Amino acid sequence: MAETHSLQDMRPQAAVAAKVFIQRDYTNGTVCQFQTKFPSELETRIDKQQFEETVRMLNNLYAEAEKLGSQSYIEGCLACLTAYTVFLCMETHYEKMLKKIAKYIQEQNDKIYAPRGLLLTDPIERGLRVIEVTIFEDRSLTR
Amino acid sequence: MKNCEYQQIDPQALSTPTPTPPPHQGDEPEKKTEPKRPKRKWEVFPGKNRFYCDGRIIVARQSGVLPLTVGLILVTSGLFFIFDCPFLVKHLTSCIPVIGGVLFVFVIITLLQTSFTDPGILPRATPDEAADIEKQIDNTGNTSYRPPPRTKEVLINQQVVKLKYCFTCKMFRPPRTSHCSLCDNCVERFDHHCPWVGNCVGKRNYRFFYTFIVSLSFLTAFIFGCVTTHLALRAQGGKGLVFALQESPGSAVELVICFFSVWSILGLSGFHTYLVASNLTTNEDIKGSWSGKSGEDVTNPYSHKNIFINCCSVLCAPMPPSLIDRRGFLPADESAQTGGTDIELPTLATKSEINVCTQGTKGLLESAALPPLLSTSCPQGKPQTAHPCPDISPAVNSDPSPELSTGCGAHHRASSHRDASPPRHTKTRSKKCKRAALHIPNPAFDAPVSPTSPDTGPGSKGRGHKGASFAPLH
Repeated sequence: MAETHSLQDMRPQAAVAAKVFIQRDYTNGTVCQFQTKFPSELETRIDKQQFEETVRMLNNLYAEAEKLGSQSYIEGCLACLTAYTVFLCMETHYEKMLKKIAKYIQEQNDKIYAPRGLLLTDPIERGLRVIEVTIFEDRSLTR
Repeated sequence: MKNCEYQQIDPQALSTPTPTPPPHQGDEPEKKTEPKRPKRKWEVFPGKNRFYCDGRIIVARQSGVLPLTVGLILVTSGLFFIFDCPFLVKHLTSCIPVIGGVLFVFVIITLLQTSFTDPGILPRATPDEAADIEKQIDNTGNTSYRPPPRTKEVLINQQVVKLKYCFTCKMFRPPRTSHCSLCDNCVERFDHHCPWVGNCVGKRNYRFFYTFIVSLSFLTAFIFGCVTTHLALRAQGGKGLVFALQESPGSAVELVICFFSVWSILGLSGFHTYLVASNLTTNEDIKGSWSGKSGEDVTNPYSHKNIFINCCSVLCAPMPPSLIDRRGFLPADESAQTGGTDIELPTLATKSEINVCTQGTKGLLESAALPPLLSTSCPQGKPQTAHPCPDISPAVNSDPSPELSTGCGAHHRASSHRDASPPRHTKTRSKKCKRAALHIPNPAFDAPVSPTSPDTGPGSKGRGHKGASFAPLH
């Protein structure tokens, strides 16, 4: 949340021209994956490869967060034995991954998207439904 | 578009805050957010939930019979420790109170976790998202006089799944998500709304719920066994059962409670074990979504085809985070917008549901005095398309009977809803009603615990046929 507002504060002169929503991709079930299809509204602003790379990286991070591996099984069994009270004291694997994802998005915003007048919103702030890409009309940028 | 019966969402209209103050809290309206006390998100949450401990604890607005559940468990366990344990420790072994204590702690902790955890509520779509979706629907929709169908088809593991549009939350529901009308929220991997725990059971609290019913069945069986042993030992030497009961009156109470609960709780545990092993939800099982009702080759696309992996993925998967961020602070500029949205959305939802079917069906449900039974399944069951009502109402009317066999006592959801005036009356009645309701429609629960599909399968398939008969109307 902090990065969203600090970037918007830094650019008070930029008005929001449009918002593009990257929807979820359910072809593999209910795991959190986003569609990598490049939206047409961003064609003038950013390179297709760059954008798809960002979304693909996010998909990988979410897949890792929800992965069913031996580590998650052991954690789950231990949690069950303690009547799940460990969830009150420990940070879960998913939460750790979410922090990693938030850092990745901020880094991408700072390095790639903000200079092009775009802003990625962390999907967790939209209930993991969409990746919201805000397009600013910044007249100082010429593309 | 002029002929369409739905209204397009105008984000500009939504973003203007209304002067109506928020329903809960006696706070000032959003447009005058005081800088000295930033609001937390739970304070403007649009669903029918209650929050305690500054947003840490979430429960459904109607607590159902949760106090009764807690009371029964406390009373039975208390009587067990007071009346039975001293005798059994003297005559048998001192392990008995230890085992009983461990089970009791497990039951109480998992019950409270099930009741107070966010079941996997999906936050409602922001106005911008909702407008974007409406635009997409219009682009792809048809131009006939009927509003375009509010469904989207996706291919999940080579299986076609229909995603329905939720008018309240203004989004296409992800797969396995359902809108609970009692809580007025879309819940991910919605299983059912359980009145005994006073909350929905969904993705995030299903493991707590499962552990609760399994440990409760162990506890009930354990107490039942111990009480029987206790009374048998006391009645030895020709003294008789009456003498034993007179010596230990608490045991009589426990015996009655345990005898009546053990069958239904064991049955429920067995049913849910079957669901976990096949990676199904109660909702899907009752509607027969994956049972090949219409002769198509449908299989559950979410199942891993391996019982062990299914169990692990349901019970041992990484704990998903809560998506509603109850304790986050509202940013000052958004709080006005959120307030406007919360109050505007329900109005728009009602207007957009001029779609006769949903309103007609709703009216039908209310008059049938069985709203909760159907309202949980109906929002996704009743097609949000403009099919004339007569097609749907017979299917809807056939639903009430199958619903009675829902494992978690859907019956007293109805009874507790039907009369608001004598709640105690319904609660005391509901225990007996539950036994009757669970025994009559589903003989599988009477039989010794058999989680295998032959017992529940045909039964649920039969129900599923009726329940899902309106699904192909899309």
